[in-house]
Amino acid sequence: MKILVTVKRVMDYNVKPKVKPDGSGVVTDGVNMIVNPFDEIAVEESLKLKEKNGGEVVVLSIGTKDTTTQIRAALAMGADRGILVLADGSVDPDAAARLIKAVYEQEKPDLVVLGKQAIDDDSSQAGQLLAEYLGLPQATFASKVDVAGKTVTVTREVDGGLETISFDMPGVVTADLRLNTPRYASLPGIMKAKKKEVKEFTPAALGVDIAPKVKVLKLEEPKARQAGQKVPDVATLVGKLRNEAKAL
Amino acid sequence: MATVLVIAEQAGGKVKKASLAAITAGQQLAKGGAMHIGVLGENPADAAASLLGYGAAKVHAAAHAGLAHYLAEPFAKVVADLAKANGATHVVLPATAQGKDVAPRIAARLGAGMASDISAVVDDKTFKRPMWAGNVVGAVEITTAVKVVTVRVSEFAAAAAGAAAGEVAKFAADPGTPKAKFIKFEEVKSARPELTEASIIVSGGRGTKSKEGYKATVEPLADLLGAAVGATRAIVDDGWVPNDWQVGQTGKVVAPQLYFALGISGAIQHVAGMKGSKTIVAINKDPDAPIFQVADYGLVADLAKAVPELMEEIKKVKG
Repeated sequence: MKILVTVKRVMDYNVKPKVKPDGSGVVTDGVNMIVNPFDEIAVEESLKLKEKNGGEVVVLSIGTKDTTTQIRAALAMGADRGILVLADGSVDPDAAARLIKAVYEQEKPDLVVLGKQAIDDDSSQAGQLLAEYLGLPQATFASKVDVAGKTVTVTREVDGGLETISFDMPGVVTADLRLNTPRYASLPGIMKAKKKEVKEFTPAALGVDIAPKVKVLKLEEPKARQAGQKVPDVATLVGKLRNEAKAL
Repeated sequence: MATVLVIAEQAGGKVKKASLAAITAGQQLAKGGAMHIGVLGENPADAAASLLGYGAAKVHAAAHAGLAHYLAEPFAKVVADLAKANGATHVVLPATAQGKDVAPRIAARLGAGMASDISAVVDDKTFKRPMWAGNVVGAVEITTAVKVVTVRVSEFAAAAAGAAAGEVAKFAADPGTPKAKFIKFEEVKSARPELTEASIIVSGGRGTKSKEGYKATVEPLADLLGAAVGATRAIVDDGWVPNDWQVGQTGKVVAPQLYFALGISGAIQHVAGMKGSKTIVAINKDPDAPIFQVADYGLVADLAKAVPELMEEIKKVKG
């Protein structure tokens, strides 16, 4: 089976983002950039499916030339080749979905696997948009994926329980936290990744207009919650909860 | 003028509480215009009837055997059809598992831009929403004629019902032929309330020390209080508890009356999911844990000792 898996270049989740003074964005100078953690899970799942069923894993990213680093990281884990769609500045989820669609139409994979959301804009839209634009079935927030012949069966952890759905390929899956634990790239893997092909396209070459449907006007730091008081013991805590907060 | 379509979520004829937050956002958006409410299902008439008191111009019930179980494709099609039939300028859904799954497909069908998980309505095209795990709040503008938003339930008060008015309008739903198939839903059977519906939540983190430690502290306290149980991403990662117990930016976002954080350090990821709680209590043996910066009441103590004491005290005062 052929799998198209997407990775997004995002700020390291260990770094607390700082809003630029003019609110136009967050400070990225000198900040470590990583593969979006949910996308790393998507890459791992794609590799597992390939190991079981044979085939090819193609990694796709959208971003500046620097994003090649994140594609190579996925190639070092074991993906076969990469595609980078060059775009400066922010690409909204709708434009991203339409770019992925254009690549899908060239590559004709059996399955597209994405992370359930990117940890920068936290939109959680691209996979669902892509599925609708392609008229494909979707299984988002996957915690288990089984492939038997043409049929993909996915367990999803939803409100109040576990839901199982299935579809015949092609289709779109988005990866949740519990799906797997991504492998570390091996040294030989990293060496091999350097020689793997990464093709580049521009949005124009793919025939996609990336003008955003949603504009980010301004960013700001959230209002901090006021720290309260420390209490010396359990009895005081219960007393305050009862008499002051009226919460018990 | 805005014509707002709010999609309420129902299960077994009952409207989910999260829908009432979406209705509040819908009311804010519809100022001067009209709000419609839509409910989908095999037989959503009762759920729809229960929504007649929220000031909607119309409450639509879209009934079809093909909507018996939630699936993204047919739900997206029916909502988009309903939006078009009523000339909706805005479609509003709660940011629940279903809402997050289906809303982008609705947006794609309507050629709409979408803002996820909004925390405030600024005007009819501008919204605030948390980004970077709640470290940043973004003001975003949707530039398309039709706009889709999902609503962060903890940031909007539940709409209050007035006197029921009007009748439920039947919408002839055509769910089409979905490519995905519903196989089964295994309800996690629990006597405890659901996280997003609970008025008290007891959550645990790594400070509970182990799967057994979590069971011995978080769960008994929760059961004493009739509370829901929650967890941090770290212990979900470690497999101590199921994924759907996770409170945080990438898990459930909650806003109960009372939130107990037991052995939780207070990673921003977690805080983003619970800072809307009315009263926060933190118990942690590390006096410098960041959780104390958001807690109304902090107790520096060992859980193994403090939790049994706490339960005794609560039993005393509650008789």
